Amino acid sequence: MRKKFSLPLVGLILFGFISPFVFTNYISQITLLWLMVLFAVTWDILGGQMGYNSLGNITFFGIGMYVSAVFQISLFADVGQYTAAFGGDNTPFTDAQYFQGLIGGMALAAISCAIIAALLGRMFFGLRGAYFAIGTLGLALAVSEIIATWDWVGGGSGISMPVFPYEADQKSQMFYWLTFVLAISAFLFVRWLYSTRFGLAINSIRDDEDKAEAMGVHTFRHKAAAWTIAAFFLGISGALFGNMSGFIEPLEVAFPTITFGIFMVAMCLLGGKGTLWGPVVGAILFHVIKETTWTYLLGWQWIALGVIIVVNVVFFQQGIVGWMQEKWPEKFGIDVDDSMSIEPAKAATSAVKDNG
Amino acid sequence: MISNILLLVDQYLLNIQLLLDGIFVGSIFALAAYGLALVWGVMNVKNLAQGEFVIMGGYIAWFLSTKGLHPILSLPISFAIMFGFGWILYRTIISRVIGKDMFISLLATFGIAFVIQQALNIAFGPEVQVAESGFGTTSLFDGFVTISSIKVVAFVLCLILAGSVVVFMKKSRMGQAIRATAQDARAAKVMGIDTERVYAFTFALNAAIAGAAGVMISMIWNIQPFYGVPHSIRSFVIVTAAGFGNLPGVIMAGLGLGVVESYGGFVIGAEVQQAIVVGMLLLILVWRQILMRRHRQALK
Amino acid sequence: MTNIIEVSSVSKSFGGVVANHQISLNVPEGQITGLIGPNGSGKTTLFNSIVGYHPIDEGSIKFEGKEISKLVVQEIARLGMLRTFQQTRIYSNMNCIQNMLTSVPQRNASFFDMFKKYPPELTDKAEHLLEFVGLYQKRKLHSGDLSFGQQKLLEFAMALMNEPKVLLLDEPTAGINPTLINGLIDRLKKANTEFGITLFVIEHNMRVVMNLADNVYCLAHGEMLAHGKPDEIQNDQNVIDAYLGAH
Repeated sequence: MRKKFSLPLVGLILFGFISPFVFTNYISQITLLWLMVLFAVTWDILGGQMGYNSLGNITFFGIGMYVSAVFQISLFADVGQYTAAFGGDNTPFTDAQYFQGLIGGMALAAISCAIIAALLGRMFFGLRGAYFAIGTLGLALAVSEIIATWDWVGGGSGISMPVFPYEADQKSQMFYWLTFVLAISAFLFVRWLYSTRFGLAINSIRDDEDKAEAMGVHTFRHKAAAWTIAAFFLGISGALFGNMSGFIEPLEVAFPTITFGIFMVAMCLLGGKGTLWGPVVGAILFHVIKETTWTYLLGWQWIALGVIIVVNVVFFQQGIVGWMQEKWPEKFGIDVDDSMSIEPAKAATSAVKDNG
Repeated sequence: MISNILLLVDQYLLNIQLLLDGIFVGSIFALAAYGLALVWGVMNVKNLAQGEFVIMGGYIAWFLSTKGLHPILSLPISFAIMFGFGWILYRTIISRVIGKDMFISLLATFGIAFVIQQALNIAFGPEVQVAESGFGTTSLFDGFVTISSIKVVAFVLCLILAGSVVVFMKKSRMGQAIRATAQDARAAKVMGIDTERVYAFTFALNAAIAGAAGVMISMIWNIQPFYGVPHSIRSFVIVTAAGFGNLPGVIMAGLGLGVVESYGGFVIGAEVQQAIVVGMLLLILVWRQILMRRHRQALK
Repeated sequence: MTNIIEVSSVSKSFGGVVANHQISLNVPEGQITGLIGPNGSGKTTLFNSIVGYHPIDEGSIKFEGKEISKLVVQEIARLGMLRTFQQTRIYSNMNCIQNMLTSVPQRNASFFDMFKKYPPELTDKAEHLLEFVGLYQKRKLHSGDLSFGQQKLLEFAMALMNEPKVLLLDEPTAGINPTLINGLIDRLKKANTEFGITLFVIEHNMRVVMNLADNVYCLAHGEMLAHGKPDEIQNDQNVIDAYLGAH
């Protein structure tokens, strides 16, 4: 794929740069938007491009969050004592310690999540389809529950994160830029990734994994690498979000399978699974609609979300970008042969009996 | 935890208590799993909303019990309502995703699960509920082993229900039509079987069975709008362990799972209940994978 | 003449059904070998055993002198033995060129090769091979939209792209319009003579087998029935009986 000048990409980056100045009052919402973009982009590597629907990617978000928290705290206090104080621990820390903790925490989160994903891949990538989906969902639930019983990291009561040393709006600014850079980095990374052999390879795994194996593709390597990449970015995002929230706990903040976990899937479905821009479009649309309408729906927004997912899956599987690709294929570099009649290959296949 | 294990070794009666509790609740797990296996085997739909069907059935029983109807009496009502619900779901959604890309049927049932969870949450609130049956407890062995009578009743009801379904599948015309369609849908169609009706019936029957299991869960255990997922996982664990078409296997696996959870909850603690369920799932999946690797297949 | 594949006393059962019983055969390197037999004689099972799709119950399978019966499909494919499928399997959500590109040989692929790009020479090679099978015009089309026959040709081209040493073809002419079969036979022959690929072909169409194969094995009821040159086999009474149903 040739790298040509991409207007949408420039537009996206520009939007990211000017938002904090133009939409100053909405800076935290837009920060969340970038988080959503990151969620969608990382989910789609496995879900849309590789055909492995993970319902448990949120696991790495949460692990990254906790790894970073523990690291940050360890710089100035004993972790066990700190968490046992349930936020009452006022051990002072220097500004330098805060920022070292943050940067170090993010790095550690990324690396540990990547390693964990690579190891878990051994167990999970022998599963396909429904088994992979429910297995990963179970993984997220199990990790969440285990952390909730682990007192050293605060158990069910969670951890009060070290407080940002400067003003609140400076905090919002900093986390905005960090999240924006993370999201754009992830997007640029997968944009490059899909242009290499990796892109087609994971597509082949999606389209027919047995065939890919029969052609000698190192399927396990690709699957593990895909999850590791997703986990890497998710881990960092968890570290960031934990610090942004100021307080983390396993069920609602770190491993929100029912909210963020599901949003990941819904956004990619909406925007278009398996396309480059689909996740981004889906994330933006989803987040904007959610932020503007949810407060008015008085509890029904969740049902609306579920209904949207079902309707999307049943009637609009290709998503927005997928639909655009079908309508205007030339714009996407796809060739369509109008002269050819499309005869269903399946009818011919059924004429061939298994004679072996 | 160690002290709990020592306690087990020391008091054999404790083992009997845990075993019985496990078997009683396990029978309900087996029932729900049987429904899942049915839909999976006949229509190749992996119903990620199975647990939500269970909880929904439980809520029907609980709701009626708040209106004065004894939960056991609500069993047939719940069965009927869930049957209708399953039928409607099939006609509106499931029929459009059968035979399509696998991810579509997966995410469709996942979406349905989500809607049900949230709808129950809005309708009934997030509190944990129990449908009081008012049955007492029986003691055995001089009071060392106490059994809630409701658990025994539920166990018997499970047997009756499961037995009825099995007989239905063997003897009735619809049952035969279902089995024929499961074996070869195209041939069944050619023979004049309305496969759409068969699928709708099967899906509805599953919803009804799961709902019935839910009624019993609401009586002997508890329900909450978001408790569906562990039940779904349990059904998957059982079906994966036993394979389809293997009713005795489903029963054994269901009872076994109940016992494992019972012991696990005692030894390790009730807070990690979900982790135990998931742990069983992962264990079963790993075990199955190892088995399949001998045949060089993947777990699909 | 070396035997690139040596199958010795291979048996495979599924449950109680014996699909292959003590089958022995040799596929000479550089030639075209045919495998025929009536329905249910165990041909595809034998193929599946050879390419590692399932383990065998007993016997040995050697590829270039090395035992491969314990290896899995991907490993055997990377050693240079590929197979095509009876129901024709391709990657239906990509276009033909992409199908071809992702079929490049993987045998020496290191971990970091995953992240390299496809050089233009590979695209050239892909286009050449597509032209060889007659799909050049359709090369940018969504492969899922191709007709069954075209998909079969694509699958064949993809196999060639992978530079195999041996290609096991499971009924390559099944479902193909009879007028196009000659073209396919020519291409198979060219793959053998020009690209030096050994072919091992399951076929039902006798005309194709006679035209194509240098030597032929015939299976019946899971056992090896006869083996020899095409015209010998054609006139072998046992083979004729097997096809006509006499026991």
